[in-house]
Amino acid sequence: MGKIAVSCEEPSLDSRIDPRFGRAAGFLIVDPDALTFEFIDNGASQVMAQGAGIQAAENIARSGAKVLLTGYVGPKAFQGLTAAGIKIGQDMENITVRQAIDLYKSGKVNMAEAPNRMSHGGMGQGHGRMGRGR
Amino acid sequence: MKISVASGKGGTGKTTVSASLLSVWPDPVVAVDLDVEEPNLHLFLHPSISGGRNAFMEIPKVDESLCNRCGQCSSLCQFKAISLMGEILMIFPEMCHGCGGCIAICPDGALSVDFRDMGDISWGRWEKGDFIMGRLRVGEAMSPPLMRAVMARLDDRITASPADAVIDAPPGASCPAVNAVMDSDMILLVTEPTPFGAYDMKLAHEAFAPMNKPMGVVVNRAGLGNSEIYDYCEAQDLEILAEIPYDRRIAEAYAKGCIIADTSGEMRRLFTGLFERIRQRAAGGMEAAK
Repeated sequence: MGKIAVSCEEPSLDSRIDPRFGRAAGFLIVDPDALTFEFIDNGASQVMAQGAGIQAAENIARSGAKVLLTGYVGPKAFQGLTAAGIKIGQDMENITVRQAIDLYKSGKVNMAEAPNRMSHGGMGQGHGRMGRGR
Repeated sequence: MKISVASGKGGTGKTTVSASLLSVWPDPVVAVDLDVEEPNLHLFLHPSISGGRNAFMEIPKVDESLCNRCGQCSSLCQFKAISLMGEILMIFPEMCHGCGGCIAICPDGALSVDFRDMGDISWGRWEKGDFIMGRLRVGEAMSPPLMRAVMARLDDRITASPADAVIDAPPGASCPAVNAVMDSDMILLVTEPTPFGAYDMKLAHEAFAPMNKPMGVVVNRAGLGNSEIYDYCEAQDLEILAEIPYDRRIAEAYAKGCIIADTSGEMRRLFTGLFERIRQRAAGGMEAAK
């Protein structure tokens, strides 16, 4: 099974999932078979005025993970992750990274077809003017 | 002389004051609506529009056959308008601030210039003089680039034939408001004697103060609310140049699209007095700047 990225509050399998994707504290890139992981600090995205989701998506794409488990993903990050071939399990909250991995391994995570957060800050809100992958 | 009519709080009477000042201002004077997110000066001046054009921001486009996925553009962009997602270079046009850095840094010549429509600039004449306005495209989030295009048009106009300008600025104390006032010789802060008016005027005053331009205050709806703005103006040595009374007749005239200075002799005197005090203050400020 390929590597799984999970948004988390701290670098531990027993960390709670950070439900925010773009502004998560960090990501665990987990090998689901061996349960080994590396931690990607997302602090730089947390302080960005805009583009935090895109930056975080870029980091996930670079990590080599093919699956992302998180809470809420906005439209631009969703588009970026999808372009990079990453499958997204969202709406995850109030569980640990370990529990999220277990849910995924047992096939109980529905993979998302669409983002579950609207864009914010007045940027192209709700009228489909999203970035084009090209 | 360029005067910008600004305010922290929206709805304090910037356009009311701009239209009335224009009405008493000696010729030649250009009326400029820089509140591009919601321009409304034309509703009072009724200009006949003689021309217009769209304004564009330069954004990148990629030729994928030339792109080697080095990611330098993506690392450079502070706004993530261009992003390397794995092997795919993505462009988010509405995030771009138009700096051109990605195009300049690309070692493979894979990026070239594309354009994002920012909105339109239109111009014409009203009863007393030239009129210029900008109108932001619906859905566009950044107004300063369009505002700069409107200001460039104003500068061309003033260079061609010298004139004063009265600028109706956007409310607030962030980039659009600062952009609107930064070229002016003097800033008028329109406020109202309410806690909201006081709070937002302080923010605007603090934002504009580092520009060291002469500033003066116009109190609208005087007689309403509390004394907070008067205390602040006194403490900050901000001169109150005019007070427009809180009067139902003024609200009715405004609602009909009338220029307040044209509604009575008393109002005309109020705005003529304001013009005189602006002229004195701006002249003093320009003297001090020399």
